[in-house]
Amino acid sequence: MSGNSRSTAERDDSGGREVVLSVRDLEVSFGTKRGRAEVVRGVDYDLHRGETLAIVGESGSGKSVSTLALTKLIPIPPGRVTGTAHLGGTDLVSLGEDELVHIRGRRIGFVFQDPMTALNPVHTIGRQLTEGMRHHLQLSEGEARDRAVELLDKVGIPSPARRLGDYPHQFSGGMRQRVVVAIGLSCDPEVLIADEATTALDVTTQAQIVDLIAELQDDLGMAVVWITHDLGVVAGIADRVMVMYAGEVVEQAGAVELFERPRHPYTVGLLASLPVLGDTERGDLVAIPGLPPGPTDLPAGCGFYPRCSFRDDPRCETERPPLREVVPGHLVRSFYEVPEEDARRASAATRIAIEPPDVRDEGVA
Amino acid sequence: MTGSLLEVEDLHVHFPVGRGRDRQTVRAVDGVSLALERGETLGLVGESGCGKTTTGLALLRLVEPTSGRIVFDGTDVRALSRRDLRAWRRRAAMIFQDPYASLDPRLPVGETIGEALDIHDLHQGKQARRRRIGDLLERCGLDPGVADRYPHEFSGGQRQRIGVARAIACEPDFIVCDEPIAALDVSIQAQVMNLLNELQRDLGLAYLFIAHDLAAVQHVCDRIAVMYLGRIVEKAERLELYQHPQHPYTQALLSAVPIPDPVRERERQRIWLEGDVPSPIDPPSGCRFRTRCREVFDACDRIDPALQPVGEDHLAACLLHGEVGTEVTT
Repeated sequence: MSGNSRSTAERDDSGGREVVLSVRDLEVSFGTKRGRAEVVRGVDYDLHRGETLAIVGESGSGKSVSTLALTKLIPIPPGRVTGTAHLGGTDLVSLGEDELVHIRGRRIGFVFQDPMTALNPVHTIGRQLTEGMRHHLQLSEGEARDRAVELLDKVGIPSPARRLGDYPHQFSGGMRQRVVVAIGLSCDPEVLIADEATTALDVTTQAQIVDLIAELQDDLGMAVVWITHDLGVVAGIADRVMVMYAGEVVEQAGAVELFERPRHPYTVGLLASLPVLGDTERGDLVAIPGLPPGPTDLPAGCGFYPRCSFRDDPRCETERPPLREVVPGHLVRSFYEVPEEDARRASAATRIAIEPPDVRDEGVA
Repeated sequence: MTGSLLEVEDLHVHFPVGRGRDRQTVRAVDGVSLALERGETLGLVGESGCGKTTTGLALLRLVEPTSGRIVFDGTDVRALSRRDLRAWRRRAAMIFQDPYASLDPRLPVGETIGEALDIHDLHQGKQARRRRIGDLLERCGLDPGVADRYPHEFSGGQRQRIGVARAIACEPDFIVCDEPIAALDVSIQAQVMNLLNELQRDLGLAYLFIAHDLAAVQHVCDRIAVMYLGRIVEKAERLELYQHPQHPYTQALLSAVPIPDPVRERERQRIWLEGDVPSPIDPPSGCRFRTRCREVFDACDRIDPALQPVGEDHLAACLLHGEVGTEVTT
């Protein structure tokens, strides 16, 4: 299943910024009773310093696994990871457990979905925050404590010194996720992976956490990989977007380009099926029929073929389409591009018929 | 407001917590009034903990209201005896958020649907029962042949279709849809929303659509009510609410909803809400939103604002629109 196009992410469209993470031909599979489940089938990208890459997809698309596998945060066996992932000069895929412990939390930070499970309920916030710094940065207890206070302050927790002794249940959901962000940042990572980091939060809290991470990213210059299913969040923060379906990258482009002129039938379908604030239509949404395929019974040809309403090429059914660069920086895995007119009809920009009220004149707190 | 399918007046649901001297009261729903017409969808939105789900449950007496009036098509629901309540529930159903937790894993899905038919004695004989179950599954976009399968054999979207089939089994007039799409994948959400739309058109159902996703709510609802800390703070026609939100909380909520258009999304200004939602055990005096409101002024802790007209068929409970409400007695 390997040997598909490699040229994908080799182009540097970042204005010459340094590449911090370079992933090639990444494949992840799991041995199951029903045969090998190919969960990630060839992912390539370069992540630049200070850049935000969003990986979008539904459950089972491989978006989370493709990033968890970088530092082997998946059970191996039954999991198997192949390909390369260079962080600086180190290929993460070739590293063993004893070396990976110096990468996880140190050079790659994580923010996971549910702050209640990401935090240990029986340890204080202070202990959980300082643990990584003491281990990775060899800070003394006092130094780690000072930095913990600084971090809590940075993520917007009031009276941080006093809160170090508190337990997770003493924080609200939003505050807990701020603590998780602080832990993710504590060792000054080069890459922060935010895996559905705001999915469990209310919209008002989500907006705050999204903003917080963007602000910290500007300050610290780290690169961020946002894994999410929420295209609205992506629109607000991503420099580049990778859309995954059935273990493959089906489309990759700059954020503005992707939302304005999506070319893959799945991306177009996803955008069209989204309810959008300000869209005055009250009728049915344009839903994508059917279900995504399971990882053990993938279609022979294009993974999206069975659900595709644009399929137009005899090869779609039998041949796996290559990832092609259709315009500079815009990659599509399809034999067929969705016509501009259909793409435009699906985009939120076209569907928004009435603008939201402007909140600026009343002064934003 | 006579002739509405459902009229709710001053509904309260309070839960006691603690014992003895520590006994306190969680005021989960604290004075909610609403009305629903036949065939209409009313959206109920708000953040977690605002009482929207409890409101939905209380309407069906799945939790007992503490006080208030619920009148459904002329019937005083709170006055119903246990037996009458059971019979009444045929007309009012519920669809739950989690399609994994809301189906019995040990029961074939056809039986889950059939149970409702048995309880209300709605079939003549085994054959007819089987046919009816098949019809219901088909109506909800599933193969009638899957009736003998168990929930684990279905995807989340399919399970939610089964939940919908169960809800419409007894031909209700009204369904409480509690976050029916929140647990589903994006491409499946639209399928389920379309199914609900279609059933409403064909069967004349009225929905109370409880959700936190304002974009989805704006799409499927006729009118929208916004809840905060046990109260409805604003209520309006769906586009009116979006274009002319009058309550500072609604304004903040709308400004936080991400829009999948990078150009608009990056230019937007948000209204930040400071702090956390206060505890429903001891809500702030006067206006409950005052502790986080950017427009707060001196009257806000003195007067508990009542819903007042602020536009055509548009109500808001905010003192900025006139100091209408109950004086706080201390």
